Amino acid sequence: MKMTRIFVAALAALGLSGLAWAASSGQRAPEHHHWHNAGPFGTFDREAVQRGLQIYQEVCASCHSLDLIKFRNLGETGGPFESAEFPNANDNPIVMQIAAGYMIEDGPDDAGDMFERPGLPSDAFPSPFANPQQARGSNGGALPPDLSLIVKARSHGADYVRSLLLGYDEEVPEDVHVAAGQHYNPYFPGGLLAMASPLSEGIVTYSDGTEATMEQMSEDIVTFLTWAADPHMEARKQMGVMVLLYLFIFAILVYIAYRQIWANVKH
Amino acid sequence: MTEQNGALGEHGQEPSRRDFIYIAATGAAAIGGGLAIWPFIDQMNPAADTLALGSIRVDVSTVTDGTEITVMWRGGPVFIRHRTQAMIDEARAVPLGDLPDEASRNLNAGMENASAADENRVLRPEYLIVKGNCTHLGCVPLGIGADTGDYDGWYCPCHGSHYDASARIRRGPAPENLPVPDYYFESETTVKIGLSPDEAAQSGWVAS
Amino acid sequence: MSGPSTYEPKTGFTRWMDQRLPIIRLGYDSFVDFPTPRNLNYWWTFGGILAIFLVIQIISGIVLAMHYVPHESMAFESLERIRRDVKFGWLIQSMHANGASFFFVAVYIHMFRGLYYGSYKAPREILWILGVVIYLLMMATGFMGYVLPWGQMSYWGAMVITNLIGALPFIGDAIREWLWGGFSVGQATLSRFFSLHYLLPFVIAAVVALHIWALHVPGNGNPVGIEPKSKKDTLPFHPFYTVKDGFAIIVYLIVFAAFVFFLPNVLGHADNFIPADPLSTPAHIVPEWYYLPFYAILRAITFDIGPIDAKLGGVIAMFGAILILFVLPWLDTSKVRSMRFRPVTRVFFILFVLACLGLGWCGAKNPDDLVFAIGHDAEGVATGFKFVWFAQLLTFYYFAYFLIVLPVMGLIEKPLDRPASIEAAVLGTAKA
Repeated sequence: MKMTRIFVAALAALGLSGLAWAASSGQRAPEHHHWHNAGPFGTFDREAVQRGLQIYQEVCASCHSLDLIKFRNLGETGGPFESAEFPNANDNPIVMQIAAGYMIEDGPDDAGDMFERPGLPSDAFPSPFANPQQARGSNGGALPPDLSLIVKARSHGADYVRSLLLGYDEEVPEDVHVAAGQHYNPYFPGGLLAMASPLSEGIVTYSDGTEATMEQMSEDIVTFLTWAADPHMEARKQMGVMVLLYLFIFAILVYIAYRQIWANVKH
Repeated sequence: MTEQNGALGEHGQEPSRRDFIYIAATGAAAIGGGLAIWPFIDQMNPAADTLALGSIRVDVSTVTDGTEITVMWRGGPVFIRHRTQAMIDEARAVPLGDLPDEASRNLNAGMENASAADENRVLRPEYLIVKGNCTHLGCVPLGIGADTGDYDGWYCPCHGSHYDASARIRRGPAPENLPVPDYYFESETTVKIGLSPDEAAQSGWVAS
Repeated sequence: MSGPSTYEPKTGFTRWMDQRLPIIRLGYDSFVDFPTPRNLNYWWTFGGILAIFLVIQIISGIVLAMHYVPHESMAFESLERIRRDVKFGWLIQSMHANGASFFFVAVYIHMFRGLYYGSYKAPREILWILGVVIYLLMMATGFMGYVLPWGQMSYWGAMVITNLIGALPFIGDAIREWLWGGFSVGQATLSRFFSLHYLLPFVIAAVVALHIWALHVPGNGNPVGIEPKSKKDTLPFHPFYTVKDGFAIIVYLIVFAAFVFFLPNVLGHADNFIPADPLSTPAHIVPEWYYLPFYAILRAITFDIGPIDAKLGGVIAMFGAILILFVLPWLDTSKVRSMRFRPVTRVFFILFVLACLGLGWCGAKNPDDLVFAIGHDAEGVATGFKFVWFAQLLTFYYFAYFLIVLPVMGLIEKPLDRPASIEAAVLGTAKA
């Protein structure tokens, strides 16, 4: 059928144009990494998410907020401390302990004053700065972005963040002038950014004994941030498999019915 | 004859095979449609952030010597009153016959059908914990520091209901005692209000 | 084609109902016994697919509105709350966002189907025009819906598109300010876009009802473009086309589900996961993919045309590209509907489809990027064929197809021999 062929060709052209689109812009393309959570059946490596949380707490959190993540999320279905024993994440002792490690501003109290109290599972990770102005002021004018959605908010999200974290060792090209307070990284758009390499060998001591190499830490923190950006990923994929399975069976049944109904009709 | 049989056979079999496919396809559509509706219904149930506030932990270490606090729980007030021995004695001295509402109004495990005796209204006698909406029309009654009414409990200013030191209705239009939420003491000073079914079963209400 | 009604109420209730509100009769005549050409192919199933997607979009949208907060400082977070905390919120939000794309894929196929088989020709001009109205309403609804998440691309997309209005002479600025409800895209804009985004789908549904009505007066067109002449040319809609449409809908839903569950964000843009910031513009503002061809036409006009400056020229060209579809039934002078019998025009049609896709490609690129490099200039910068030139070429062809090819080819092309009837076409020729 002529028209069918036209459309197949057209769709192929559309797909190609999409690929070409993704390849534009000056920065170096991020290195592709194989993630545990990739693919239709990929799940989060719980231990990597836990280690990534440790890196966030000990390294990233001094500048970067994580506004959208509540402590309870850590213990919810799909989270790093999900536990069959504590279906309600609010009662999960690990979650409560992590939350209690932070002081959260609350109030006003009966005298009208704000006060600090230990965190509860329903609280979000507190921001290191009171407002964006303070954040800029403390970072030489650059605003450290919130990390809750960073993996979704950059093209090639996980690969990009990992490449960026590992990309500081590169030789600065001769035509690039690195001003004071700037750092060269070929994976960043424009090549210059205010953030110095946040990771260095052994900057954290993993509580599970894993060796804190650059590769290991980059993978862990990005896995954590991927979870933070998409905490329902596992539920989404599981349901997707069931829905597709159902639709395939349904399609076959309807196709057989279609063949039967049209069996004696020329068309 | 063979021809006739063949024709019969076709007529006898084909409709049933056809019917099976139509029934299977229609059934698959019905099942799929039914399941697909569920997310659109369930989304109206309380979301995770709302549920996260379904249970709260309250530090009662500062609630002493006959004082009381009001905390927000599930969108409404909860009264937590510390009772001195005199207040406890007063509440326990009231004969059941004087009470307009003789039910415990306490849904904690084992207390559902108990009487309104003060023992059935508290887990620890010194702490009285009740929901703070008048059972008449939902106003918030006044307590210590404002107006404790004629029975040393609470007084509802809207239509003049008086509650006693066990938060039981004594006079006025309110039909029932102030209800007791599900709670238990996690420690000496921390009370958890709003329980999962498992916790409710182990809350200690049954024993007391 | 909608001859006398063949509905006969059988039970007491249906007889009673039929004398008071003959709605069962209407349904029976429209969707059960409706005589439909027997030779419709799968390109004709996209009408049913579109109906399903309108329903999916309306239901998921009503649900999202229960949780969404149309406020500058809360919209972005409320969307994340839907994805994270609302039960099945991630699913419903993904269905709605991807549903918009699948709605547009289906409508584009439906429209190209109409162009190829001459579905716009007499006596179906009103049917076609109502379809273009629906398409315009979809564009407006989709645009305003994309603003609601209040991410960077939402904000700056809204900024760019509303600024187009400012290109109109004399009244442009006033209209733009009226549209914004302020001096820039802001809270007032967000609130009204939310209100209209909720309203327009119901307007679409109403126009769809008219579209179906206008379809059921002359009846369906068909691949050979010859009106049914006898009962042998048609089949009752049910069960023949309910099952065929049903199968196509399920297959389309399989592709849809693959995106909803496994690629929920690939059709969106990463920048829209950054909250809107009026102080920082994304490096590269691109609209949703379904607007890209028109975005390319807008940017292709880089030169003044007499008193019309380039900016206004671009706006006129962009709207003209859609509005020209309204007069299409009178531009095509050929008496033959189907391109099957127009061998030369068919080649122009294929080029037209490719031009539309090419314009989409141009819309996604920077105008100064190169389609292909030829060499380097004195400073070592690559030179070659720029996207803006490519877009200009394709824009010219886009308009030439409607204004030159269709009017002229209808007069000079000698069509192939056509079968005497649908029945003859079905029985007479073996299928390729």
